[in-house]
Amino acid sequence: MPFPWLSWLIFFPLMGAVLIAFMPPDAERLIRRWATTVAVAEFAFSLPLWWRFVPGGPAFQFVEQRSWLPGLGATYHVGVDGIAVLLVLLTTLITALAVIGSATAVHKRPREYYALLLALETGMLGTFLTLDLLLFYFFWEAMLIPMYLLIGVWGGPRRVYAAVKFFLYTLAGSVLMLVAILWLYNLNRAVTGVPSFDLESFYRLTIPPATQVWLFLAFAFAFAIKVPMFPFHTWLPDAHVEAPTAGSVILAAILLKMGTFGFIRYAIPLFPVASHLFTPWIVGLALVGIVYGALVAMVQPDLKKLVAYSSVSHLGFCMLGLYAMNAQGFAGSMLQMINHGITAGALFLLVGVVYERRHTRLISDFGGLWKPLPVYAVVFLVVMLASIGLPGTNGFVGEFLVLLGAFRAHAWWAAVAATGVILSACYMLWMFQRVMFGPVTHPENEKLSDLTFRERLVFAPLVLLIFWLGVYPQPFLDRMQPALDRTLLMARERSEVATGMAGAVSSATGAAGATTRPAPRPVVAAAPGAPAAATEPVR
Amino acid sequence: MIPGVVPQPQFLAVDWWALGPLIALTVGILGLLMMEFLPGRSKSARSAVVSLLVLAVSAYCVYHVRMDRRSLFEGMFLHDGMTVFFTLLFLGTAAIGVLLSWDYVKRTHIDHSEYYALILSATMGMIVMAASNDLITIFLGLELMSLALYVLVGFRRNQLESNEAALKYFLLGAFASGFLLYGIALLYGATGTTNIGRMAQYLADSPATSNPLLIAGALLVVIGLAFKVSAVPFHMWTPDAYQGAPTPVTAFMSAGAKAAGFAALLRIALLVLANTHAHWDVALSWIAVITMTIGNVTALFQSNVKRMLAYSSIAHAGYILVAVVAGGTEGAGAALFYLAVYSFMNLGAFGVLSLLGRDGDERVLVSDLAGLGFKQPALALAMSLFMVSLGGIPPTAGFMGKVYVFGVALRAGLVPLVIVGVLNSVVSVFYYLRITVAMYMEEPRGETVPVSWALPSAVALAISATLTVWWGLQAHTLLEQARNAVQGLL
Repeated sequence: MPFPWLSWLIFFPLMGAVLIAFMPPDAERLIRRWATTVAVAEFAFSLPLWWRFVPGGPAFQFVEQRSWLPGLGATYHVGVDGIAVLLVLLTTLITALAVIGSATAVHKRPREYYALLLALETGMLGTFLTLDLLLFYFFWEAMLIPMYLLIGVWGGPRRVYAAVKFFLYTLAGSVLMLVAILWLYNLNRAVTGVPSFDLESFYRLTIPPATQVWLFLAFAFAFAIKVPMFPFHTWLPDAHVEAPTAGSVILAAILLKMGTFGFIRYAIPLFPVASHLFTPWIVGLALVGIVYGALVAMVQPDLKKLVAYSSVSHLGFCMLGLYAMNAQGFAGSMLQMINHGITAGALFLLVGVVYERRHTRLISDFGGLWKPLPVYAVVFLVVMLASIGLPGTNGFVGEFLVLLGAFRAHAWWAAVAATGVILSACYMLWMFQRVMFGPVTHPENEKLSDLTFRERLVFAPLVLLIFWLGVYPQPFLDRMQPALDRTLLMARERSEVATGMAGAVSSATGAAGATTRPAPRPVVAAAPGAPAAATEPVR
Repeated sequence: MIPGVVPQPQFLAVDWWALGPLIALTVGILGLLMMEFLPGRSKSARSAVVSLLVLAVSAYCVYHVRMDRRSLFEGMFLHDGMTVFFTLLFLGTAAIGVLLSWDYVKRTHIDHSEYYALILSATMGMIVMAASNDLITIFLGLELMSLALYVLVGFRRNQLESNEAALKYFLLGAFASGFLLYGIALLYGATGTTNIGRMAQYLADSPATSNPLLIAGALLVVIGLAFKVSAVPFHMWTPDAYQGAPTPVTAFMSAGAKAAGFAALLRIALLVLANTHAHWDVALSWIAVITMTIGNVTALFQSNVKRMLAYSSIAHAGYILVAVVAGGTEGAGAALFYLAVYSFMNLGAFGVLSLLGRDGDERVLVSDLAGLGFKQPALALAMSLFMVSLGGIPPTAGFMGKVYVFGVALRAGLVPLVIVGVLNSVVSVFYYLRITVAMYMEEPRGETVPVSWALPSAVALAISATLTVWWGLQAHTLLEQARNAVQGLL
């Protein structure tokens, strides 16, 4: 039996957390060192996935499947594809940075704090890696608990409100998804006679379009809250502003990606017909989110809130790219998820740096920070430009691909979305100008110390990634491309099967579709931008 | 009348093993009452140990013949999978109740041997209820259980609220018994038998299932049992009784009495009501919906944790009713699974509360829990675990219970009921979170609440917590047992 790589990856942080729980509560240095060691080791553990994952190989690699609940048919089934592999690496990296970054920020109850951070990592990795829907839901919800406590115990003044709101919002969205999962389970059991929550066997189901609509809505609601899409985003600013820095970083960089990841992995391939049916709505909300998020970000007096609303805007791009339903859109969206993880994570860390020194996040309390904090300002500049999407940084590649995909679907989608790019330049540059340039307006700010060695260490990999992805994104695209193509192809074929069945004219197609699986043909990875013959938009 | 289904009289060949649990409990009860006359100081510890031994002997007896299926006393008493499952559940519940009481009764100066004798009597009543195949036996068991519980609820006799609780519980309980008895009489009139099996046979054979006598009788029986499981609108006694009773008693009755009520309801519902299916589905569905909703919404506004958990237990009765409505062996299996899971998480939650405060004073307001999280990490962790589980959030048993119940209900096509159920669980999470908010995110006003640790209570909590986690991660062990228990029930 091969080494259970993914299980180690998932449960190693949890083991670390359990060990921390047995340490004396006031041994802060010991706890911090241990947590850092675990988080960094975890990142190191995850790195081989980058090399050993074969992009053109089987859909899911490093697969492990064990019996979990035999009576119910749920299995412990994990595996990684080109989409998850990048998100897993992002998760381990960001968590490690968040743990290192918390060293000076958190002195209150360090034992519980670091234990929860590591437990959260287990939850996040589990959510990305599982291939069994019950297990997925298990991780998806269990993950809420550590995040809830992180916000509620170590957060700002309105932390309790924000924590409870975060928990209830997400839960309210996901319980209906549980109903939908159970529905799929029963359907699968009725068709195949085997009780199973296995994703791949759900992929083989032919779901009537009318049913798809309801199931899709249940899934989409859960994911849309997590993304968050426009009318469901109100938990986000509260949670972000109140959470401790590490919490905000993880929330923005990883938890939000679970929403978009959910769409790619579950909602779109499982319910392609409904997905297609709701495309105008989702694109509409994504566009509103892009513009609205940017406009609201512009008027925020609080740095953290500004970044929070900019997340709403950027995640709108991700959703737009997905629902363009073509190769460029998918690739752009996926890339944008990684980008946002890097830049939003970095921005929250940057805000955390000044907050630690000044205990305020109001833009008006700063001004002229470039003079006392030159290194900080340069890092901030790079990250900010990446967030705007300046060519040469990662943001450009992602946004460009999304816009390209959107343009191929509907020109005016891209036109509206492009205003978001402009607006993001407005609020970011304006914020940067008020915070960094000009004379030092507050005398307290003159004495601020620049980034410490530890902080530079935290930002170095992020800045490196910003340029790497900006200049040479091909390794990333190579890894995700086959998985994205497969998803698109599966969506299209399943959509044909389902509508064929509904049409009742081609009953033969329907019968064939019910029993045989549309085999995922190996699709040659098309370079984005080049005419992708294999992946026309789903029509 | 109906050939072949009447078992032969077996008065001479008594099945000692199948009756073993009841015999052991009876002997134990008498022994405990006698022990009051023995000299010695530490009465509570002595009685508690004896009770635990009796429960263990009882459990051994039923475990010894777990594979057998027999019918005793002319079919009034059944020994089948369900009997075994529920007997073990009740014995476990009682054991946790005894462990929690051990220190509590000493602390609050109510350590009389009757206390444990009454707990064992109530347990015996529950077992009789679950093992009944006859309405008369169900009534016997119900009365045995209820009378013992009325006394136990009022056991803190110099506390006004305890007296009030006992009186209220007794009055309403007496009404419920009246309803049940009246319903039994009407059913007897309609079908000519009180035996559930024969009644089902009669209903299956006769086309006249819309006989008003039958409908009225069944309705009254359901009402009588709905009282015991505290389903809305027959739940009024629950918060008062739960609040006034000594906390370990609350823990015991919230788990045991509810499970016993459901055991009897399942026996009747699956056989008798199944033949008049259409009516009952609708009626029970509505009861389930309002039970879940009113329980959860009212719980939102409680500042006393005991009362809050009382309303939460009402809401959980609603979830279990969903499984009952789903019906069939699958539904029954889900109900059994949920009851077992619910029993231990609820025992744990009340168990934590029973530790709070010194001597007679109970500190069970939500605000009393403030700051407990970091002062008493183990206790707070246990409480959070039980709250998370009651809220149905993984990785706990409560989540698996919900998955199973709602999965079965979906299979039975009860989509609206399931949607109401899951939305209710979101509402419920709000008040369960309030407990964790108080424990971890609020500072206490003044001193943190004192905690009266004792080894037996700690053991009880550890068992409950372990089961709650274990059944959350490895639900199938319990699932198999619940499924096997209801095999051949229909």
